[in-house]
Amino acid sequence: MTALLQAINLSRRFGGVQAVSELTFTVNQGEILGLIGPNGAGKSTVFNLLNGVITPDVGQVVFDGTDITGMAPYVVARHGLARAHQIMQPLLGLSVLENCMVGACFGRENMNLGDAREAAREVAESVGLGPRIDALAGSLTTGGKKRLEMARALSAHPKLLLLDEVLAGLNPTEIEHMIETIRGIRKSGVTILMIEHVMRAIMSLSDRIVVINLGRRLAEGLPREIAENPDVIKAYLGDSKLLAVAEESAS
Amino acid sequence: MSNSVSQEVAKAGTFKPRRALAEELLRHARRPFPWLIVVFTVIVGVAPNVLDDVSLRESLLLAAVYVTLASNLNLMIGYAGYVNFGNIVFFGLGGYIGVYLATTWHVNLVLSALIGGVGVSALAYLFGLGILRLRGAFFALATIGVNEAIHAFVTNFEPWGGATGIYLSMDAYEPLGGPMNGLWLCYYLIVVVMGLSLLLSYAIKTSKFGLGILAIGQNEDAAAVLGVPTPRYKAIIYSISGFLPAVAGCLYFFKSGIIEPNGAFDLTTSIEAIVMLMLGGAGTVTGPVIGAFLYEELRSFLLFSETFSHLQLVLAGALLLVIVLFVPGGLMGWLFARVPRLRKWLQ
Repeated sequence: MTALLQAINLSRRFGGVQAVSELTFTVNQGEILGLIGPNGAGKSTVFNLLNGVITPDVGQVVFDGTDITGMAPYVVARHGLARAHQIMQPLLGLSVLENCMVGACFGRENMNLGDAREAAREVAESVGLGPRIDALAGSLTTGGKKRLEMARALSAHPKLLLLDEVLAGLNPTEIEHMIETIRGIRKSGVTILMIEHVMRAIMSLSDRIVVINLGRRLAEGLPREIAENPDVIKAYLGDSKLLAVAEESAS
Repeated sequence: MSNSVSQEVAKAGTFKPRRALAEELLRHARRPFPWLIVVFTVIVGVAPNVLDDVSLRESLLLAAVYVTLASNLNLMIGYAGYVNFGNIVFFGLGGYIGVYLATTWHVNLVLSALIGGVGVSALAYLFGLGILRLRGAFFALATIGVNEAIHAFVTNFEPWGGATGIYLSMDAYEPLGGPMNGLWLCYYLIVVVMGLSLLLSYAIKTSKFGLGILAIGQNEDAAAVLGVPTPRYKAIIYSISGFLPAVAGCLYFFKSGIIEPNGAFDLTTSIEAIVMLMLGGAGTVTGPVIGAFLYEELRSFLLFSETFSHLQLVLAGALLLVIVLFVPGGLMGWLFARVPRLRKWLQ
């Protein structure tokens, strides 16, 4: 297996808070890697470090063989790393199609408007936004906006997709639907790194899981191993019954 | 979304750029809106000549200048979401550069105007890279600072006549065939600049660059994460928004026969341009036209009425307040909300 993204010894301090410290992990080509940990563990900060929204104090980010540490977010996006935010940031005054076209135009393939329109339409339909394609992004429901975040990132035809709690705030039917969508994305060849609190989903979707706590790596392994790990149970899961959930979803 | 599709798209992309430009132009030529702009511009251009009405020419000239100012300001406020309070600096500085070249060095008027435009755009690009790091109110304050700084500089710059400015003698109009022909020529040129402003505004809105700018206007951080090169794009749009106002400034002050610092860098006109834009509807191509014409009418009515002649700016301020509070989309926004089908025809 080849590494698509390597985070090497990343550290970042905000004033008196060491948000991330000496964090090292690898995302392999074609896999879904889950990133979990308690609230405030530094998960979203890790995403910000990876896509250039903030620069690490120490450490390196290597993406697809290129050192992208300290590059601006729009340069990172060009390299093929796309992101769906935890707090949705739709371009409210633009339509669903136009939102996706921004992703397609300025992402990895640097498409012209015509190609971008095609790519955006295709992606919007694949995540179930087809009927709402001409609606203004501001008029979508929470679920719709979550889908839009993902569709917009996918329109760039990225190599790696960062998903930040895309299941949070969705109802059970929407979660079910979204999990299928994520599986489909991986099947199409896109590598995924996802932060998630919905345990059932992350346990069944992830190939491997990295657990962080207080900005440090606490554990790494297969979903089953993580669910059994006493350190993880103590710091985050709190209940070994989750093992049963993991087994159920594995079968 | 599948790999094969993305590979096909990538392959197709390698030989597309040149053909895409021709296709793009053809696509626009088949749409009605650009032709609407051309027809409107021609009507404004020939109306005073056909009707043989010089006072109509003077009021249309002012309206055309207002449309140019409001339409280019729209690129910043309506598209990119940055409030440029000191937008009049483009007009004044372009005027100074152009008038100076045309009078002192006897450069052809059109060439002088173009040099003024290019000079102002180049300066705006450099300034833009710096002050566009600021956001919201701080950016707005910085733009006022730029205007006041250049105002102060010009007031003390002797080659441009310092505080008294530059007066044109009648000889200055000789290359244009005398003062009377010269005034008509200046009028036609300003109307052309107005038409170009509208076409530019439309072309940007329907381009890939424009999509990036609109994305910045909606949410700059999200736009950057999606790959829009925000610092460069913002500097470019700031620079573009200065070009045609600078050209118009040269033509306007050349036609007026005088340019002096207080008239050229008058913040009041900056604010009036914002009122016109908000009145017509920021973010639309048509809005600035409607806003500018309505405001010009209102202004001349107020200036000539006994009761209101000193209240013109008070009313402009009150108007802006009412618009921002109750109709933030302006007349076009209001119209689009009521008749959504119009969006297909008007921009």
